[in-house]
Parts: sequence; structure tokens; C-alpha cells
Amino acid sequence: MKYFPLIWATLWRKKTRTLFTLLSVVIAFLLFGMLETVDYAFSHPSAGTTGADKLISTNKYSITLPLPFADLQEIRSVPGVTDATWLTWLGAYYQESKNFVFALPIDTESYFNVHKDEFIVSDEQMKNYRGTRSGALVNVALMKKFGWKVGEKLPVHSTIWTQKNGSLDWTFDIVGTFDVKDSTQANAQAYTVFFHYDLFDEGRSFGKGTVGWIEERIDNPANAAAIAGKIDALFANSPNETKTQPANDFAMTFIKQIGDIGFVLRAILGAVFFTLLFLTGNTMMQSVRERIPELAVLKTLGFTDGKVLALVIAESLLLCLFAAVIGLGLSYATLPIIGQALQGVQLDPVALIPGLGAAVLLALIVGFPPAWRAMRLNIVDALSGLH
Amino acid sequence: MSEVIVSLRNIDKSYVRGKQSIDVLQGLTLDIPKGEFVALMGPSGSGKTTLLNLIGGLDTPTSGEITVAGQRLDKLSSGGLSHWRANHIGFVFQFYNLMPMLTAQRNVELPLLLTNLSAEKRKANAVAALTLVGIADRAKHKPSELSGGQAQRVAIARALVADPMLLVCDEPTGDLDRKSADEVLHLLQILNREHGKSIVMVTHDPKAAEFASRQLHMDKGSLLEAGATLV
Repeated sequence: MKYFPLIWATLWRKKTRTLFTLLSVVIAFLLFGMLETVDYAFSHPSAGTTGADKLISTNKYSITLPLPFADLQEIRSVPGVTDATWLTWLGAYYQESKNFVFALPIDTESYFNVHKDEFIVSDEQMKNYRGTRSGALVNVALMKKFGWKVGEKLPVHSTIWTQKNGSLDWTFDIVGTFDVKDSTQANAQAYTVFFHYDLFDEGRSFGKGTVGWIEERIDNPANAAAIAGKIDALFANSPNETKTQPANDFAMTFIKQIGDIGFVLRAILGAVFFTLLFLTGNTMMQSVRERIPELAVLKTLGFTDGKVLALVIAESLLLCLFAAVIGLGLSYATLPIIGQALQGVQLDPVALIPGLGAAVLLALIVGFPPAWRAMRLNIVDALSGLH
Repeated sequence: MSEVIVSLRNIDKSYVRGKQSIDVLQGLTLDIPKGEFVALMGPSGSGKTTLLNLIGGLDTPTSGEITVAGQRLDKLSSGGLSHWRANHIGFVFQFYNLMPMLTAQRNVELPLLLTNLSAEKRKANAVAALTLVGIADRAKHKPSELSGGQAQRVAIARALVADPMLLVCDEPTGDLDRKSADEVLHLLQILNREHGKSIVMVTHDPKAAEFASRQLHMDKGSLLEAGATLV
């Protein structure tokens, strides 16, 4: 700590240059924080389902391709599968396309059996839902977001499913609300609207007798892989082969339909840090070059080679860590905004922690060459201006 | 006979620049008693600064023995020389060589960072050194806010703060006007006479050399006979 005033003062020797370098690093780490959080969310999915006791079967070749409804009975017969339910992606929004709504047609009995003890719904509202063919159960957060009230009509626009009359608009009656028991699932379910599968299947103009995917509850998570294998074996070489995987993996597959998000994000970050490496590295080199007589004086006073090396590296660490903490702090502040833009994706601040590691790595890479040069400085040559 | 603080025996020093070897010092032998204020004079290229660097432990001889404050410097490693310098030598340069971003007090504290003194003690010692050179009122000023004479006083305070036995001064008045130069030289004289500091000072200025208790003249890498000067 006793060297801190010296390192800090040295860092701000050229205020403007340090400020601009600091800003560059802050912006890089702001970007890092934002992208890394999204990447983390995509590679640690929690959207849609919880627990290791659930599997999801989709069409082997694409999640956008349907499965025959008849597969359901065969899947239910697989040992280890305690229940199964079926769903389809409505692809809906409310009024404007930015108002994404995860409207999900469900078979009430089997869905709440598979997702036992995951949702909180009052008995009265559940009774109303069961008794109302056009009824919908809406997540409490979504109700609050749009200011909806129980008893109101809920019109949504599907981007996929036309009704028999050719309309893409579907209207439900809000008969109740639900909340999630596991608070970690709050974000994942924040846009969900449940409505009756019968209403959907009868109303749609095509695709009858098919489902988007099938969700299974299994008796023992340890047997998940074996059970998944048995399910897929049932449909091997059929026109509708399946791909069965743990629910969390499914969420990732679902999101990755839009491309290899991780690769894109890492490519952007790679480019940013590669540029930053040159920028910060050049600043550090220039800074040390300008201070050669001062470094020579420190050595003259008795600072050893190792101490001078450590001082320059500490300066680099201070610059990078200081800027990284600001940048990551700013990105933490933007999490709610990103979360809103990526509706349904849960963002975890824990993804920001590797940022500090990246800052240390950056500091060492850009700090070492000038530190090495400072360490190797010959005092006599440096004082006589030969360096 | 008084105790010798600097002893050089048959010192040779040569540098290699490109493919050329340049002999700077040849067979130099010299004793400087403790408590002496020596002025080292001679034309440019005569080897004064090289000799000063050897005495200050900034450089090592090509051959010969050099003993300062009882320590054989030619036997020490680079790290050993660093530790030795921190404890035994104070340096004063022609252009002060203060850290521009630090206050006078922080500049003076620099050598004390290598000790185990507490922050309070370091500060107290720095203020004491600044008081000794008569510039305590400028403790919070940065070098750019000081005149040349004041900056050199701060540099002398920095050289003194770790209480070294020997002060090594390379043209300490070379960048100062006559009045400031005389003040700095007078200060060095007080440090020598009243505080017992041994001083070796390189200078081109005969008037500066008059402040010393002994003058040595160098030419072409050798010391001239006592009393001899170049004409």
C-alpha cells in the first residue's frame, strides 16, 4: 500500500491520455459485461422449465418441425416416464411486435401434472380457468406490466398460426393469474400466458393432430440419459424422429435457433479486446518511454530491478482494474434494460465476475513488455540519455 | 590517519559502443577520507562522471578494486548494489531529477519507501530533511512550482533523508544561476562541516570547487598529480 500514492500519481502523469485510455477500457468492459451476461444466460438456460426430472422431446431435425400427437401415447409407455404433456409455440405478441407474449396452449391436466408444485394459482381462479374454454391464466408480472385485469379480454397476434377464418389474431378471457414458486424462475416465466390446447387445436387452420414438443416428467433424474435414449429409439427411422434432452438443454437449443450466439458474442469481444490490447499496450509503452529518466532515478535511489518491474505492472493493473470495475458496474446497471430487450432470458450478474479476470489478464499482457524494459534499464545509460 | 570512506585501486573502466571499445578510466587509484568534501574537476570526457558512477555504485569497474564505506562494490551483484545504494549513498543530479507528479515532500519520501518506516515516520523524516535544507514551506509544492535553486534543495533533501554516509553530486549547480548555485554549495558545505557528510562533487565550475575541502583534477581517464591543473 505504501507504493500506492507513487503508482497513482504516475498513472495520472498525463491526465488527458490516461483519461482517454481509461474511457476506452471502461467502454470495452461495459460491452464485455453486457455481452458476457447474455452469453452466460444462453449457456446456463433456465427459461421455461425447472428441475432435472424433466425431459423434452422435439423433432430431431428442427424445433420448428412438429411431432405427431400420437407419439405422446408411445412416450407415456416408456419405463421411467411418469407423465407427459404436449405444447406448441404460438409465437404471439400484444398490440406491437416488441410486446412479446409467451402464449402457450396447454393440456391443463397433464401440464400441471408434469409441472407439479411449480405454479401458484388460487383454487377459485383455477376452477374458472378449467370452466372457461377461452380462458387464460396470465403471469402476475405480465398483468402488472400491461395493467391487465382479471375479467378483461386479451387479444394477441400470432406470427405463425392462422385461424380458420384466416385471422392471425387470437382472443382469450383473462380468468386468473399465476405466479412461480421458485423465484429463480420468475424471469423465465415473466411473459407466459397459458390457454387451452383444445381451443388452439380446433381454431388453427393447419397442423391439426401435431404438437410442437412433448415434455416428460421422469421418476429418477439419474436415469435421464437412458430414458431419453429409449424415447428416441422408439421413433428411430420413422418420418418424425425425435431428439430428447433435459429441459434446460432444450431452452438453450430453442434460443440458439437464431444462430450460435456464443460464437457471435465471443467474436465481438475478441475484436474489442484485440484492439484494446494495442491501445492500452501502446499507452503503457509510451508512458514508460517518457519516464525513463525517472525510472533510472528510482533505481539510483535503490529500487531493485524486481521492484521497478512490479511498479510498472502494478500501474497497468491499477489502470485496467479501475476501468474494468467502472465498466462492469455500468453493465450491471444496464442488466434490466438488456433483460427487457431479451424477453424471457434470465440475466445473472455472476457472469460479470470473469470480467475481473479478463482485466488482470489484459493488465499483465500490456504491462509486462514496458515493465520488462524498465527492469532492464541501465542506470548510467538512462541518466545520460542513451535510452 | 583518518578513516577512508572511498578507496579505489587500479581501476580500469571501458565501454563498448557499437564495435568500438572506449577506455574511460585507466589504472586509477584514489583514497577519500571520511568527512572530506572533494570537488572532481576536468574537461568533458575526462572520466569524472564515470568515476562518480563507480563511487556511487551505479556502475562497476572493468577491473580493479573499489571499496566504499567498507564494502567492496566490485563484488556486489546488481541487486546487492541497489540495497547498498539505498542505505549508504545520497545522489544529487544536475537537473534535480525530481518526480514531476509528486510534491516536494513525496519526492523526499521516495528513498524511505524502501525502509520499514511507518507512513507517519516517513512523512516526519521528509519534513525534517526539507527543514534542514530550508525549504519546508514548499513541502506541498510540485517541482514545476519551484525555482531551480528550490528544486535542487528538494533533491538534496531527498539525498539526505535516509541519512547516507556519502553524498555524490553530479554538477549540482550546473543548471543554476550564480546566486542559487552559491546557496546550494553553501548548503553542501554545511552538510559536510556540521553534519559530517562526506561529499564527492563533479563540477566544471572553479568557483563551485572552491567550496570543497579538496580539489581533484582529471584528464583522459587519470587523476592529475596533486596541485596540478590543466592549463
